[in-house]
Amino acid sequence: MSTTTLPPGEKTRPASAPGRRAGISDRSRAERKLGWMLAGPAFAVMLLVTAYPILQAVYDSLFDFRLTDPDNKSFTGLSNYGVILTDRIWWTSLAVTLLITVVTVAVELVLGFALALVMMKALSAIRPVIRAAILIPYAVITVVSAFAWQYAFSLDSGFVNSWLGWLPGISADTDWFGGTWKSLFVVCIAEIWKTTPFISLLLLAGLAQVPEVLQEAAKVDGATWWQRMRRVTIPNMKAAIMVALLFRSLDAFRVFDSIFIMTGGANNTETVSFLAYRQTIARLEIGLGSAVSVLLFVCVVLICALFIKGFKVDLASARGEG
Amino acid sequence: MSRKEKNLWILGGIGIVVYALFPVAWIVSLSLKAPADIANQQFLPTKLSWTNYELILTGSASDLFLPALRNSFGICLIATAISCVLAMFAAYAIARLDFPGKKVILSTALGVAIFPVISIVTPLFNLWRQIGLYDTWPGLIIPYLSLTLPISIWTLSAFFREIPWEMEQAAQVDGATSWQAFRKVIVPLAAPGVFTTAIIAFFIAWNDFVYGISLTSTEASRPVPAALGLFSGASQFEAPNGPIAAAAVIVTIPVVVLVLLFQRRIVAGLTNGAVKG
Repeated sequence: MSTTTLPPGEKTRPASAPGRRAGISDRSRAERKLGWMLAGPAFAVMLLVTAYPILQAVYDSLFDFRLTDPDNKSFTGLSNYGVILTDRIWWTSLAVTLLITVVTVAVELVLGFALALVMMKALSAIRPVIRAAILIPYAVITVVSAFAWQYAFSLDSGFVNSWLGWLPGISADTDWFGGTWKSLFVVCIAEIWKTTPFISLLLLAGLAQVPEVLQEAAKVDGATWWQRMRRVTIPNMKAAIMVALLFRSLDAFRVFDSIFIMTGGANNTETVSFLAYRQTIARLEIGLGSAVSVLLFVCVVLICALFIKGFKVDLASARGEG
Repeated sequence: MSRKEKNLWILGGIGIVVYALFPVAWIVSLSLKAPADIANQQFLPTKLSWTNYELILTGSASDLFLPALRNSFGICLIATAISCVLAMFAAYAIARLDFPGKKVILSTALGVAIFPVISIVTPLFNLWRQIGLYDTWPGLIIPYLSLTLPISIWTLSAFFREIPWEMEQAAQVDGATSWQAFRKVIVPLAAPGVFTTAIIAFFIAWNDFVYGISLTSTEASRPVPAALGLFSGASQFEAPNGPIAAAAVIVTIPVVVLVLLFQRRIVAGLTNGAVKG
């Protein structure tokens, strides 16, 4: 933990230097013990609900195991992974998931930034109204948001076709859920609506940390709005942007609810999470489903590593931890 | 700021409000359409009707919706309470004590928070069936902790770190017993953070869909989002759009009330836990 965020209460205590095992005072030993006693239960519960299941999934993925035929469980090594990685379904779902992730996160970053700027500049009289409004998409259940957008576009109950009928390519009988691209378009809109507020709040917190002095100085030097944005604002809030991007990307990669509600995976709109769900819960193929789950987990770890190594996101410093 | 510029920002603010409320207004409007009116291709109903609400609250769909609502409230409140208590101890240790496990605990919380939920579901589905937790309240409460606990630990330790703990000693110097100092000084300082954390944790549990559809099979424990997702209409000849819209409105009411009452705190909690530097 960095020294700047140390609470006042801690400053009076001698900091035990890391690596200095010998000569720990009784007091710091007692403190260490108390720390683990207080934090231990939470730590144990977190491990229990995630580490154990993923290890079990790794184990299950090595078997040909199906709940409809439990007596024929047999060890097949990595063959489940072979089956998945050579199947077009896996690669299609991976491509769909990546597409949704990239499109929604890119749009959300731009839109979220615009929303953050407006919130930043909004007069204090209307700020509570805007803040409450922006929290509503965040708080609305994903399933509800998916239904709202699905019904808005659907043929039987929607109004979108009659509103947008003047656009080329849209008529009263445009079936938005009849094809891959149109379905994914609506899914992306629903996801973007629901999750942009989260990004914009993180960006707003980042914006608030950009020193006003720098802005003023650039203004005096005759920098245009765009130049100030590019040279002052954005570089100074890079950490906030990266944290927002990382969290949203990982979240978007797990997209499941909207797909389940809006398309049910029809027309090649299945995502990786949905594929894992379908194998396990609908087809009771525990072995194959576990393998998909493990691959999904590996993907999430890879994305995380890409951000942290590739873009040098320092989560510890961005979050004030260390 | 010039007058023109000011108007521009106000316009932007109105844009945000419209953006945020438009789909909500649509689902409310849809829920007030009579069955024959659902397909009118318009945003607004031609005539207001409470049919959909009657159907899910007292009519034939009520034995699906009401138990789900009870399950959702019960399971989410219990999961929130457990994770808040556990997180309170952990966050106190992280904010106040000097011990080497701090970083491990915070990194673990981060790791759990980004964990793909579906990867947990597959093995739990199998295990819960074997040990009889499938389709029970505890069978959902336990996995919900994987959603609520990490964010609770992050948010609470950010809040706790800002509490001026030395006020506790100051009170004791002024003659308060340690219990009085804790109750009269520390509790009022810590309560808003705990409360905010509870709201955010509740939102996350309330939003869950994956666990809900995978680990339940009947009204005994199925929460609302899952019930909505699997609801196929009062009869096979009737589109379920209207009743689903009405149910969606009802489950949205609690979160909207929380947002309106505590918006400032929720924003502080969300951003405190995530970006601090």
